[in-house]
Amino acid sequence: MIVIDRKIIGMTFAAHSAVVEAGQLRFFAKAIGETNPIYFDESAARDAGHPTLPVPPTFFFSLELTRPESNWREQAGIQLPRVLHGEQQFTYHRMAYAGDTLHFEGRITDVYDKKNGALSFVVMETTVTNQRGEHVADIRKSLVHRNG
Amino acid sequence: MTQPERKALKVGDTLPPLVLAPVNRTTLALFAGASNDHNPMHIDIDFARKGGMPDVFAHGMLGMAWLGRLLTQWVDQRQLRQFNVRFAGITHLGNQITASGRVTELFEADGEHRAKLEIQSANQYGEIKIVGDAIVAL
Repeated sequence: MIVIDRKIIGMTFAAHSAVVEAGQLRFFAKAIGETNPIYFDESAARDAGHPTLPVPPTFFFSLELTRPESNWREQAGIQLPRVLHGEQQFTYHRMAYAGDTLHFEGRITDVYDKKNGALSFVVMETTVTNQRGEHVADIRKSLVHRNG
Repeated sequence: MTQPERKALKVGDTLPPLVLAPVNRTTLALFAGASNDHNPMHIDIDFARKGGMPDVFAHGMLGMAWLGRLLTQWVDQRQLRQFNVRFAGITHLGNQITASGRVTELFEADGEHRAKLEIQSANQYGEIKIVGDAIVAL
């Protein structure tokens, strides 16, 4: 049975920034079958009172994934084929738009087992701010690692 | 977009459901690229089999993005305060997801009227894939 190293609790990820690109927002809208034009047509977005294309509710997760690669998973004993997504939470403070530069500061806040150690849960929390230092969102992600 | 009328909204009211096309490999390839999630479990059957899965399967965040569409077709995204899910089951190729939601609570917080919603995704066999909740301002 694999044991996830508890020492990763409290570990912080190197902060990183991501520029929100309009083209990728349009690609994301296509990939999820979005039909509301405010998410892929700038003029529809402006007609609805937005400055340009908004970042849709779950896309912060995708922007966070642009974090530079590191080997923290391997060091903690996590194997990618054994990982499932357990829970995902977003708290929103203000909108973000194409052209914004978003700043991500994340850390591992908990590791715990369920089912007598057959499953380990790794919880990560990230604060998202924009180029003006304004608080945009909080992200909480829980990964499940199948240990058996 | 027709916004929900705060005065008329009641606990138990349902959101217009969102019925998606069945998941296929193209859906997953496009979502992998568009979402920056390049985990091969979702796009490479050889890798998935080595990981003990019979085939590739949908990204959890694809299902959550569909729930996001359910919410933003009902309420302007500027009114979305919280969006939480638990992934309850794997969404397999061929699964046709229906996203649905209902109002479970009406309350006031931070000086605004808010509604709490219970949301879920299920496939064509009624198997629950995602359960969650959201808080929106009214």
